[in-house]
Amino acid sequence: MDFSIASILMLDGATNGAIYALLGLATVLVFTVTRVIFIPQGEFVAYGALTMAMLQAGKVPGTVWLLMMLAVLAAVMECWSRWHHDRNLIHGIKSGIVMAIPPLLIACVTLWAAPQNFPVPVQALLSIAVVATFGPLVYRIAYQSLESATPLVLLIVSVGVHFAMTGLGLLFFGAEGFRNPSFLTESWSVGPLNITGQVVIIFTTALLLIAALWMFFERTLFGKALRATAVNRTGARLMGISTHAAGQFTFLLAAGIGAISGLLIGPTTTVFYDSGFLIGLKGFVAAVVAGLSSYPGALVGALFVGVVESFGSFWASAFKEVIVFTMILPILLWRSLSSGHSDEEH
Amino acid sequence: MNFKKTLVTLAATVACSAALADINIGVSLALTGPGSGLGIPMQNQLKLFPKTIAGEKVNLIVLDDATDPGKGSANARRFVTEDKVDVIFGSCITAVAAAMTDIASEAGTVQVAGSPVGVPAGKDKWLFRLPQSNTVMGHAVVEHMKKQGVKTIGFLGYTDAYGEQWLKEITPQLDKAGIKIVATERFARTDTSVTPQALKINAANPDAVLIVASGSGAAMPQLGMVERGYKGKIYQTHAAATQDLMRVGGKAVEGTFVVSGPAVIAEQLPDSHPSKKVSMDFVSKFEAANGPKSRNQFAGHAYDFQVTMEKVLPAALKKAKPGTPEFRAAIRDGIEGMGRTVFAHGVMNWTKDDHWGYTMETGVMLKVVDGQFAVER
Repeated sequence: MDFSIASILMLDGATNGAIYALLGLATVLVFTVTRVIFIPQGEFVAYGALTMAMLQAGKVPGTVWLLMMLAVLAAVMECWSRWHHDRNLIHGIKSGIVMAIPPLLIACVTLWAAPQNFPVPVQALLSIAVVATFGPLVYRIAYQSLESATPLVLLIVSVGVHFAMTGLGLLFFGAEGFRNPSFLTESWSVGPLNITGQVVIIFTTALLLIAALWMFFERTLFGKALRATAVNRTGARLMGISTHAAGQFTFLLAAGIGAISGLLIGPTTTVFYDSGFLIGLKGFVAAVVAGLSSYPGALVGALFVGVVESFGSFWASAFKEVIVFTMILPILLWRSLSSGHSDEEH
Repeated sequence: MNFKKTLVTLAATVACSAALADINIGVSLALTGPGSGLGIPMQNQLKLFPKTIAGEKVNLIVLDDATDPGKGSANARRFVTEDKVDVIFGSCITAVAAAMTDIASEAGTVQVAGSPVGVPAGKDKWLFRLPQSNTVMGHAVVEHMKKQGVKTIGFLGYTDAYGEQWLKEITPQLDKAGIKIVATERFARTDTSVTPQALKINAANPDAVLIVASGSGAAMPQLGMVERGYKGKIYQTHAAATQDLMRVGGKAVEGTFVVSGPAVIAEQLPDSHPSKKVSMDFVSKFEAANGPKSRNQFAGHAYDFQVTMEKVLPAALKKAKPGTPEFRAAIRDGIEGMGRTVFAHGVMNWTKDDHWGYTMETGVMLKVVDGQFAVER
């Protein structure tokens, strides 16, 4: 090991770490607002990358059909629960339609756009739109009626959603992996490092997204409302903040971040239908480092996970995952010692 | 009334025994789940299975095991208890086939597996495998390395059973050939980067790198090596011998050596290769039914199963009646004694002690030239 190898490993680790950071942020975001430990976060990564791959091949991605099915299902659920609530069928149908229109619209646009071979940025935006729309639908179908359940119940639901999404991913994308072409093919040499355009894009996007999230939560009324829901759900409801809307919006953000992460790693590795799980899990480790509550903590944790993974695979590649996931034990120990005991359920 | 009942029962018994006289073959394949990419082509090939062999009607009972070992063993249980099959074919997934093995051997029924089930010798009395063992494929790789003057290699393989088996099988062969493994690195199919492993192998600077991975997962490590500026030879195993290698790898996989069974490259085989004729037969019939370029390694295994049955069943029929334990034993003895048989996938020689069976003339070395596989002569 010399300086040049160490610096290459650092760069590799930080690049992966940037992706884990995004997923870690999404995990923290979802947990603070809804108390859901969102295991399927990684699935959106695979969905994003593979939807993009399908669009580039000029095919209609299977996610479009899934989107339509989920939209109809969510609309029916919305309609029924509304009708159940105030016995007014017109209201029920109205809110069902409101629920279904955006996803159906996006699905139709994608159906039309898929064979047209639009330029890469358009395809990227479409992929993000398609996958991000899954967020609110997943929340509506799987979580909304359990909003007040314990975190354990929500965790169990998450495991179920994870298996369902992996299975559907296999159905829609097949067992083989895809690698997307780079957005930027230039590369620069800095000493022993070879910095590719994709690496630059990954870092810039990650930084921009983190900054945007920060701005959103600090500067906008809606962001503040979400934070209020995170701090105290009942209090937030008393202030007129809808927890349904907060949950759905949080999932929209989380799925969108997942899709963007997918587009970012698509050109640097081969993405399979089940690739997302491990990536998401590493984001989760990063979020645990941050105690599932602090955004800067998740960022630091993610870079740490990325670098440990990179050095781990250099020294003992057979035990790479063992090293990364065993790390969670001392971290939990340290956290439980340093933060003191608390009975409060968040 | 009673008399009528007896008549009906009698008729039913006669009908049953007539059905029993047919040859029944139980087929369990992954038609859904992660292994469906393997199982579906096999099922397509089985659609071309002859309706009769040696004048006897052959029934194929095809069940889906959904790539699930539990489902596979339930299927095997059904085959031996309800359907009383004479032969079991399947599964195409190693873990599923392994779950079926005990049930088949308990019942004394031959299992011909479409996957390399690693049951220890002695426990595989009723089990025969159709895929080439890694030893046979490794032989072709090592021979080619010797010819190319390779002295040191780096190993970059899956951190699962496939990678482990290859390393175990090829190490003694490499030792014998005087080739040293200077770096042994692992990765997983879903990894986001292999840069660290590639760095380490590059530092050891071997003459060649052997990548042990499958399908589209095989391209990522190679891209990683090329990105790190590795200029030596790169070898891939037969699990990587699909178009996916080029689809994902693009220009970076040019010049890669890939070992393969002969079936999928039938036209390109040199006339001297023993499997040329049989492979051509498989490819032309399969593609006539399923469209051009649809050929597939696993469909080839299903074809070879048919070759085996056509050779073994007529002799077994002379010894015993289908549906009896004697008939099943006769099939087993027939397979063990069928001698050198040319398959689409190579030359098979199952014996009492070797239920893997392929001879060393089986493996073919391919080279990626202009995004296509070309046979290396």
